[in-house]
Amino acid sequence: MTDTPPRNPLFLERRSYRRRRIADAGRLLPVAGLFLFLVPVLWRPETGGPAGTAASGVYLFAVWFGLIAGGALLSRALVRPEDPPPAIRPPEAPQEPRR
Amino acid sequence: MISLNLIIAVCLAYVLLLFVIAALAERRAANGRLGWLRSPVVYTLSLSIYCTAWTFYGAVGYASRSGLEFATIYLGPTLVMVGWLWLLRKLVSIGRTQKITSIADLISSRYGKSNLLGVLVTLLAVVGTTPYIALQLQSVALSFAVFAPAASDTPAALDRTALIVAAGLTVFTILFGTRRLDANEQHHGVVMAIALEAVVKLVALLAVGVFVVWGVADGPADIFDRIEASPIAEWRVDTGRWVTLIFLAGAALICLPRMFQVMVVENSDERHLATASWAFPLYLFLMSLFVIPIAVVGMSTLPGENPDLYVLTLPLRLNAEWLALLSFLGGFSSATSMVIVAAIAVSTMVSNHIVMPIWLALRKDGAMMSGDVRDTVLMARRVSIGAVLLLGYLYFHLSGSGAALAAIGLISFAGVVQVLPALVGGLFWRGATRTGAAGGLVIGFAVWAYTLFLPSFGVSAVMPAEMLANGPFGLAALRPQALLGISGVDPLVHAVFWSMTLNTTVFVVLSLLSFPGPLERVQGAEFVNIFAHRSAAQGWSRSAAEAEDLLAMAQRIIGPAEAQTMFQRAAAEQGKGGYLPDTTPAFLERLERQLAGSVGAATAHAMVGQMTGETAVTVEDLMAVADETAQMMEYSNQLEAKSAELGRTARQLRDVNEKLTQLSIQKDSFLSQISHELRTPMTSIRAFSEILMEGGANESERRRFAHIIHDETIRLTRLLDDLLDLSVLENGQVTLNRAVVSLSEVIDRAIASTVPPGTERGFEIRRTPEAERLQVDTDPDRLAQVFINLISNARKYCAAPEPSLRIVVSDQGGAVTVDFIDNGHGIPASGQTMIFEKFARLTDQARAGGAGLGLAICREVMAKLGGAITYLPGQGGAAFRVTVPRAEARAA
Repeated sequence: MTDTPPRNPLFLERRSYRRRRIADAGRLLPVAGLFLFLVPVLWRPETGGPAGTAASGVYLFAVWFGLIAGGALLSRALVRPEDPPPAIRPPEAPQEPRR
Repeated sequence: MISLNLIIAVCLAYVLLLFVIAALAERRAANGRLGWLRSPVVYTLSLSIYCTAWTFYGAVGYASRSGLEFATIYLGPTLVMVGWLWLLRKLVSIGRTQKITSIADLISSRYGKSNLLGVLVTLLAVVGTTPYIALQLQSVALSFAVFAPAASDTPAALDRTALIVAAGLTVFTILFGTRRLDANEQHHGVVMAIALEAVVKLVALLAVGVFVVWGVADGPADIFDRIEASPIAEWRVDTGRWVTLIFLAGAALICLPRMFQVMVVENSDERHLATASWAFPLYLFLMSLFVIPIAVVGMSTLPGENPDLYVLTLPLRLNAEWLALLSFLGGFSSATSMVIVAAIAVSTMVSNHIVMPIWLALRKDGAMMSGDVRDTVLMARRVSIGAVLLLGYLYFHLSGSGAALAAIGLISFAGVVQVLPALVGGLFWRGATRTGAAGGLVIGFAVWAYTLFLPSFGVSAVMPAEMLANGPFGLAALRPQALLGISGVDPLVHAVFWSMTLNTTVFVVLSLLSFPGPLERVQGAEFVNIFAHRSAAQGWSRSAAEAEDLLAMAQRIIGPAEAQTMFQRAAAEQGKGGYLPDTTPAFLERLERQLAGSVGAATAHAMVGQMTGETAVTVEDLMAVADETAQMMEYSNQLEAKSAELGRTARQLRDVNEKLTQLSIQKDSFLSQISHELRTPMTSIRAFSEILMEGGANESERRRFAHIIHDETIRLTRLLDDLLDLSVLENGQVTLNRAVVSLSEVIDRAIASTVPPGTERGFEIRRTPEAERLQVDTDPDRLAQVFINLISNARKYCAAPEPSLRIVVSDQGGAVTVDFIDNGHGIPASGQTMIFEKFARLTDQARAGGAGLGLAICREVMAKLGGAITYLPGQGGAAFRVTVPRAEARAA
């Protein structure tokens, strides 16, 4: 009876699929971050870009914080399902009626 | 005004607090109650040693000179941390699996536990770390001087302070960094202390920032305006420097020995990295948040003062003395935590890769002789810590305190990132070899020293000004700061560009050209595929070592209790009692890894090698292992095949057994049947003959009785004929009168004898005369007998309302098949295997009128004729296929 399929395969597959896509997003995040961090070097005061230290600083720190927030969301989503394995498993038997 | 004495008192109190915290943490850890000592928060905070005094004081100074460029130093690490799934996860995983003790150990371990690489990386680390430690000493000395009377702000006074600080840090580091030789090289006390320091420096910098933004200025809007009006209002970041610095800082996060120490070696749970991946960037973010405001306010408030000390001097000059004290503590924390961890990391490398190999080589009988290795290792570390700090002090002493903090930090970064190609290549490319790694390291290191490190001491300090300006021997293409005539580039960008390019190129080319040794290939596969299989590498194949000697050695390195526990467990796993397991390759591998946690992979390998009489795994050994594996696989394949064959045989046996059982039942029923069959006619014959003997019957009755007796005798005779026939056929005593005949003739004869004209009872026989025009080589009488049997069976058993029989003849090449298909019920599948057996009858015997020998005789006949008779299922009724060999020569 070991080769019977899991009781709730669709549910599990969706979850692991989602996990992989989250990991993909996590890998892409630094790439996006690098791109955004490199944008300021293209700004030129003569073309009207926000070239001042103050404005650029606000931009940099905003992107920076965005990266941190994105990283936090993704890494939490990535770690969470591993922590409680019983939560993934569907209940083996119908719950006993409470008295 | 805060007095210098108060500062010294606060410093001592603070150091005492660190001692207490570290001691408490050590005690907790010793009791096994790790708990929050090893939480993601502590892990993240320990990473904050990235932010040294260079960050605490230097970032503001840097921002005052170059504006936002300072942020690159934190943006690079942010990207690397956020992208932890790319590299850091693998790095930490390998570090934990292989019990890596330092970055030199990692490189050495990856490239076949090569000590050469270990030494190279160690030297690189020492050279790269020394300026950095000098930088910390300088910043602490400068910050002390701020509080001191003006007269003490002389080089000599700074020097003295630096020396005292270096000595104090040496004591602390030795106390908590080399208390014992851990199996996995983790220092709970130190980690706890630096976590506390991380909090102190963050709080201090944030406090100064808040003070500046809301105390001095009127909130963020005012700060924004002040930045716009300041000397750094314009974005003056050089594109090349921006990109280079982001890369440099990101790479340094991985390559700096102290970062490797806290991130990989001290990591206790890989999941902590997931938290640190965003929490550490957040820490950096907060540390950087107020840098520009502090710089701008400092520049406008304290023109002419050293911008590297604004964090301290701003609150002090604005009479926020307690804030200045906090700020001082923050800077002190930043410097001390960095120095402590860097000293531990570098001393581990020095003792494992330089001192231990020399020590092992000096003692010819090696690790086997008496004497506690642990003491030697610990002593080597203590001396190394002292030496590293002394070097840092000497660098500070020699270079003077003139150079800006940021410049020294960046030179140091550029030095240590020379490890990057070998590290990343080793983690992702199995083709990376030791030769390539060593070549790349040497070239990168040399180029870095030539283009950046040596010129950094100042013109004519190490390099003559003449050489700097015109190149060595007047070769302009080799000018240190303009290689190949690329001039006008920032010296740092120039150095990083050339060193990394040449380093990577040499690494790749030499890797492609060279051939890795066996152990190197094993380790390479292990590292690159860390997530695929986390099994131990096959390092030891023969095991000449005595378990007792190994235990003696292990006790001296990892301590008696731990060694005994380990040996006992290993013995138990092998199913043995006591402390001495068999020295299997697996056990040796495990032991080596355990030892590697204390003395590094290369040394551990060498020690176990000495014990076992091998210095390395030879190709022959690996071949032997591979052969063994191949044999095992072949054997297992054979076993599998045999098991399948056994399964088949068992299935056949089961079928045969079933058949035998059924036959036995059939035979039993036949015995009763045959006696019944014989008895019934005998009974009537006896009864009627008795009547005839009594003579009471008239003429017509007598004739009738005689007729019955005759009929019954014929029945008996037929039964006995059948039995005799079958017996003859089975014993092979039959003689066949072979002839070549037309098949249609035989079928004609058979039909004629089964269906005498006039007795037709609506039984239709359909034939295909044109197909029957085939010549067969057979005994016509015997074949006709088979056909007769089949046709009469069909007549007897076909239960259809309009019974009909199709006779289908087809030419199958070498043989002719004749199918007899009726339109009745057919024969159930359960009976199909039995009908050709003797005495088998499916229906009740009353209707059958035979003893069930017909088909059995048919089968024997066909076998004798070289053909066959089979039941043909799925034809809509009972169907029998007779296969008759063809007359070869006359095939038409």
